[in-house]
Amino acid sequence: MRLIFISLIALIVATAVGLGATWMTSTRGISFGAITIGAWTAWPRTGTADIDPYARAAIARSGELPIGSGDGVAFIARTDDNGRQLDGRCDITVSGITPAARFWTLTLYDARGNLVSNSLQRYGFTSQEIVRTADGSFDIRIAPRSRSGNWLPTGGLDRYLLVVRLYDTPVGAATRSQRDAPMPAITTVACP
Amino acid sequence: MIRWLFAILAGLVLGGIVHLVSVLALPRVATKDAYSRLAAITPVNAVSQLPLAEPRNALLPFQDPAFATAVCRYDLTSGSLKFSVPVSQAYTSVSFYTRNDVAYYAINDRSAGRRVIELDLMTPEQRAELPEEEDVTAADRLIIESPTLTGLIIIKALAAEPDLMAQARASLLAATCRLQNDPAAR
Repeated sequence: MRLIFISLIALIVATAVGLGATWMTSTRGISFGAITIGAWTAWPRTGTADIDPYARAAIARSGELPIGSGDGVAFIARTDDNGRQLDGRCDITVSGITPAARFWTLTLYDARGNLVSNSLQRYGFTSQEIVRTADGSFDIRIAPRSRSGNWLPTGGLDRYLLVVRLYDTPVGAATRSQRDAPMPAITTVACP
Repeated sequence: MIRWLFAILAGLVLGGIVHLVSVLALPRVATKDAYSRLAAITPVNAVSQLPLAEPRNALLPFQDPAFATAVCRYDLTSGSLKFSVPVSQAYTSVSFYTRNDVAYYAINDRSAGRRVIELDLMTPEQRAELPEEEDVTAADRLIIESPTLTGLIIIKALAAEPDLMAQARASLLAATCRLQNDPAAR
């Protein structure tokens, strides 16, 4: 009787630990070979046949198609440069320059990867639409209410994430640091 | 007391095994992965346009809204596939995914180096069966090997500004994908 009870406990612990760990890793997107530059993180190997099992599980669960490495690379940011969650009620700037690429896009998603509706139907910018300063750098303002210049509306969402996709770029698995890939800075300017 | 510790320890070890097995099994048992979602709405071995990425009708998460997208869901059971798409004004890319959504190959208009991206898709077995001389004379023909019998070809054309979206979609209308030995295509 005692033995059965103890085995039962062991099996319950096994199920909870095993499935719990799988759920955690596949929803949080833990995988190997990450490149982190400032607040931005990319997983270039996820777009190749060398994708690791954790990333495979994560994309199978979410239903997304990772960007192929011959196409480009995607950098995700969930926080600003100080580690603070991106908050759609705040004014946030994304400023600086991007790594060499033929085109890039910046897109705002909610935590599940859906676009955020707004009256302008503006969900992001491409490298061609952006207004730049004389030295080629740019300043994007992400805020719930309209701003001058490159304004990206948040729809007042409390949490969101930003994705910069570089298309036809030398940035990839060999990239290590800010010097190879200068990603723009993310700063929370003001919060109500 | 020692028995309890043993039970918990055994549980943790077993849990580790459960975790590894479930991570490896997840791609095979997932029913809402990208391939399954697209399989429900796309024909096989033909190109179909996907609706524009919008907040409400998100077919797949994390789609880039600056792109027009078309998909060819392929099945190589009865032969190899011929694919072609003319490049658009800004940027066109073609990405290949296995049945389990692994991106095994991607090419863009510049690496293709011409006005039309043309390639043949086949399994390693079908490639091995190609007549020798045909393989040589077709040096300028790009041959891609698909690790799985079924999969997805995703064709994307960039609309660098929102006004150019109609143009980008139009360039994808000319994309074709069909079985090589399809009698109707000859």
